[in-house]
Formats: sequence, C-alpha cells, structure tokens
Amino acid sequence: MHPILKLVVQRIALGLLLLLAVSFVLFLGVEMLPGDTAQAILGQSATPVALANLREALGLNEPALTRYFKWLFAALQGDLGVALTNGQDIAKSIGSRFGNTLFLAGIAGAIAVPLAIALGLIAARYAGRWPDKVISGVTLATISLPEFVAAYFVIFLLTQVVPIFQPVSMVFPGMSFWDKLNAVALPVIVLVMVVLAHMMRMTRAAILNVMQSAYIETAELKGLTPMQVIWRHALPNAIAPIISVVVINMAYLVVGVVVVEVVFSYNALGQYLVDHVAKRDLPVVQAVGIIFAAVYIGLNILADVIGIVANPRLRHPK
Amino acid sequence: MRIPISALIGIVMTSGFVLAAVFAQWIAPYPIDAAVGKVWEGPSEQFWLGTDTIGRDILSRLIYGGQVTIFVALVSSLLSFGLGSFFGFLAVVRGGWIDLGLSRLVDLMMAVPSLIVALVVLSVLPLNLFVLILVMGVLDSTRVFRLSRAVAADIAVMDYVEAARLRGERQSWIIFREILPNALSPLVAEFGLRFIFAVLFISTLSFLGLGIQPPETDWGGMVRENKDGLIYGKAAAMMPAAAIAVLAISVNLVADWVLSRTSSLKGGRGG
Repeated sequence: MHPILKLVVQRIALGLLLLLAVSFVLFLGVEMLPGDTAQAILGQSATPVALANLREALGLNEPALTRYFKWLFAALQGDLGVALTNGQDIAKSIGSRFGNTLFLAGIAGAIAVPLAIALGLIAARYAGRWPDKVISGVTLATISLPEFVAAYFVIFLLTQVVPIFQPVSMVFPGMSFWDKLNAVALPVIVLVMVVLAHMMRMTRAAILNVMQSAYIETAELKGLTPMQVIWRHALPNAIAPIISVVVINMAYLVVGVVVVEVVFSYNALGQYLVDHVAKRDLPVVQAVGIIFAAVYIGLNILADVIGIVANPRLRHPK
Repeated sequence: MRIPISALIGIVMTSGFVLAAVFAQWIAPYPIDAAVGKVWEGPSEQFWLGTDTIGRDILSRLIYGGQVTIFVALVSSLLSFGLGSFFGFLAVVRGGWIDLGLSRLVDLMMAVPSLIVALVVLSVLPLNLFVLILVMGVLDSTRVFRLSRAVAADIAVMDYVEAARLRGERQSWIIFREILPNALSPLVAEFGLRFIFAVLFISTLSFLGLGIQPPETDWGGMVRENKDGLIYGKAAAMMPAAAIAVLAISVNLVADWVLSRTSSLKGGRGG
C-alpha cells in the first residue's frame, strides 16, 4: 500500500473512533451529571407515581450502556428519536434546518477564503509597510470580538447609520436563490469578519516564512516583480499550511454560526440547538450537538489529510 | 523598563474596568434595578449612556454588570489555570499511562468546540454562578493543560530537576518548587488570553440566555435585554457590546506585551 494512502486511512479511522468516543461522552457523561430527564419534563411539582411512569415510558430504567447502544444504532439508521418538549421527530426537524446552516456557512466561506488569501498576499508583499499595518491592525481588532458583539456593530452600522439592510434574516423554503442571498447578507458579513483575521494572518505568516528561502532570492534576482515572486514561487510552497488553516477556520465557522443565527433569528440548526438547551430538551441537544461535533471533527480530518497529501516528502517516499 | 504606548493604554483601560467593578456600589449613579427614567432615553446629562428597555440607567447597570462579567471570567480562568497547569505538570512528572490518559482525555475534550460542549452540559445542569464557573473553568483548562505540559516537558529534563530527583525530593516538591517557578512567565502571559476568552465565553452564554440569569446581569445579558431596541434605532444594546469589545482589546494589548517580553527572555532576537 502506498504510504500516503495508509496515513490517510489511518487518520480517517482515528477520526471516526474519536467521533464514536465523543458520542459516548455526550450521551453517558451527561447522564452522570446530577439532573433527571423525567423531573425536567414534569417539573418540581410532579408526583412520584407520575415520575415513575414517565421513566418507564422513556426507558430510563434500563442501564445507561444499553440505552446508549440502542440510541447509537437507531441514530446510525437516521432515527434520532423524538423531542421531549413537543414530540416531533428530531431527524425531520434537523433536515431542513441543516440545509439553512450549510447555506449560510457555505456563502460566508466562499467569500472569506479568497478574500483572506488575497489580503494575506498583499500584507506579505508590503510586509512592515502601511498596507500591511492597516490590514493587520483592522483584522486584529475583529479577532478580539465575540460573534454577537461583531454582529451588533454590523447591524447598527448597516441598518441605522447607513440603512441598506434589514436587521432580521428570514429564509423561506420557496425563496429564489437571489432573495435568499439578499436575506443572509448581514449574517454573512459578520461571519466573514469573524474568520477572516485568523486566515489572513496565517497566510501572511506562511508566505513570509517561505520568502526567506534561496529560490525566492533567485526569482527576485532574475527580475520578477514582487507580486510574481509571491504568486508563482512563494504561494505554491506555502499552500499546505494555508489550506489547513482555511479548513480549520471553516470548522470554526460551524460554531460561529450558532451565535450568529440567534442574533439574526435565522431559522437553522444553531437556533434550534439554543432554543432546546433553554427548554432542557436533552435528546434534541444531544443529537444536534453530535452533528456539530461530527462536522467539526470531519473538517479537522480533512485539514490533516490535505496536509499529508500536500507534503512532497510523503508523496515521493524514498 | 520602557512600556510601549499600546501596552500603557491597555494597562490604564484594564485597571479602569477593574476599579469600576470593585467600587461599583460607590460610583454607580443609580441602583442596579430601579426604573429611573423613560424607556430607551438617549444619552443626557442625567443618564450619561441613556436608559434601557424598562427605563433603568445603562451606565449604572454597565458598572454592576462589569462586576459579574469580570468576576466570573477571573474565577473561571483561575480555575482553568489551577486545573490545567497542575495536571499538565503531573502528566510530565509522572509520565507513563497517567500522561497518556490525561493527554487522550484532553484530545477528546478539544475534539468538540467548547461552546457546543457547554450547551450540552448546561441543558442538564442548573444555571447558577457556581455551575457556570465550573463548566467554563474545566472546558478551558484543556488549553492550559497543553501549554503547561509542553513548557514543563522542556523544564523536566533540566539538570536541576534531575538533581532534585536524586536528592529524593517528593513529586509535589518537584512540581511546585522546581517546575512551577520556571514555567511561570509563559503561563502568566497566557493568563491574559485565557481571561479574554472567558469574558467572551460568559458574555456569549449570557447573550444566548444560558449564562447569568436575571435579576443578576452581565454585559452579555444586557445586550440581550436591549437588542430589540436596535430595530427602532435605539443604541442601548451597543453600550454593553462596546464595553466587551474595549475590555477584550485592552487586555489583549497588555497580554501581547507580556507575551513578547517573556518570549524574548527565552533567547529571542534582542529586545
């Protein structure tokens, strides 16, 4: 077997194992915490008989390990159970909302990645001079803001000071693509702001790291312009760390999306999760939590795999 | 010792916030929960930052809210430091399966974003100050663990640690008297960053309605209370949002400076 294939398979297997462990902890770890699902549903004034009946009905009297495996096998077949609060099928509720979340995160990613790399290249080209200082300064300011603060700054600026957008993002199933795009403009701007800084700084650092090499000096000496040197010689050699930072930021985007959805009352997975945490609806929270964890772990595996594949020393073994 | 201007600004602003929080009872012009004006008044001489969604003075609430935000963030980052550095050092000193077990456990905890874990855990636990601090402290201790383990691994191979071992000192002596003093400076620099992270984390939780519960309030909760005003052009929600941003940036400025100082101590270029 080619060593690179072996490494990739190993990494994916490790990731799947990790996901299994995470689902185990999210299920059983939460069980061990003080708190009782039946009590949570019925409230403090519930009679002991009613509590016992509900525990029986929910299967809470079985050992936790048995319930975990039952739940796991059902989940693998796409059955996530029903919500405690309204009895609706969780998998169905998640389905359409997941699409909305991916739409929002996807658009934000599609804008943030090229923008971050372009800004990073410009900052590296003018390292230490004013374009670099302006870009680095502005992005440093956005890095220390939590998503919801950034969101309200953007809302205040673009709906009150310069009124060009609506402060609430509603997306309906029947909307055309362009209407949807218009509706998510503000949350997308916020998400781009939140992930841009880190990606841009890492691109700049990766390029500057490569700029010390002898082949860059050669390229400069044969008379290429600084931008050509960066584009043709520095970027291809810095691409591996840049891609892995990009993918890690996409994973971060998945979390940032939770808060941003709540700010804009955008009906998607994050909003659904937060609502049900407040209602203490554990099955929903666990199901959505594991979906977020799976996406996050999946993107991290992807980052590692790209790192492995992009490493020429592994690609051409001795 | 020369303090750069950016760090000086950071130090002044940070101490301003801390002093305002400590002396909140004396400097807040109005009580925390008294409706003293009309709903969403603009800034005036009477109410410097205006009034909130039920006519309470925003400046007073900001000062009292800062108390909660800074207290929770401080205690939870102290907790994360205590836990993280103790177990980080322990992993290095003991090695073997303790190191392996702790490291894998931390890998597992860090495989899922903290916010998601916090949301799952908080859907079961009661929402009070103690639980919030505990959850935030434990979740964030994973990052301190990795840092202190890496730092301690460098120190543990030093001759003076070897000498202490040969002298027959106990493990607690090696952790607290040999490794800790030498690992302190990188850890102190990291403390600023963890504190900011804790401020942002508690603000985010409160903003989502899962942090500090009314009648207590903090800055994240104040943004939540006043967010509807933005639709009518009332800037009340921007005041606590700005407070979070300014505090985060000021602590960042200080932490940056400490970080650059301590890293240059470890044989960086000049400076």
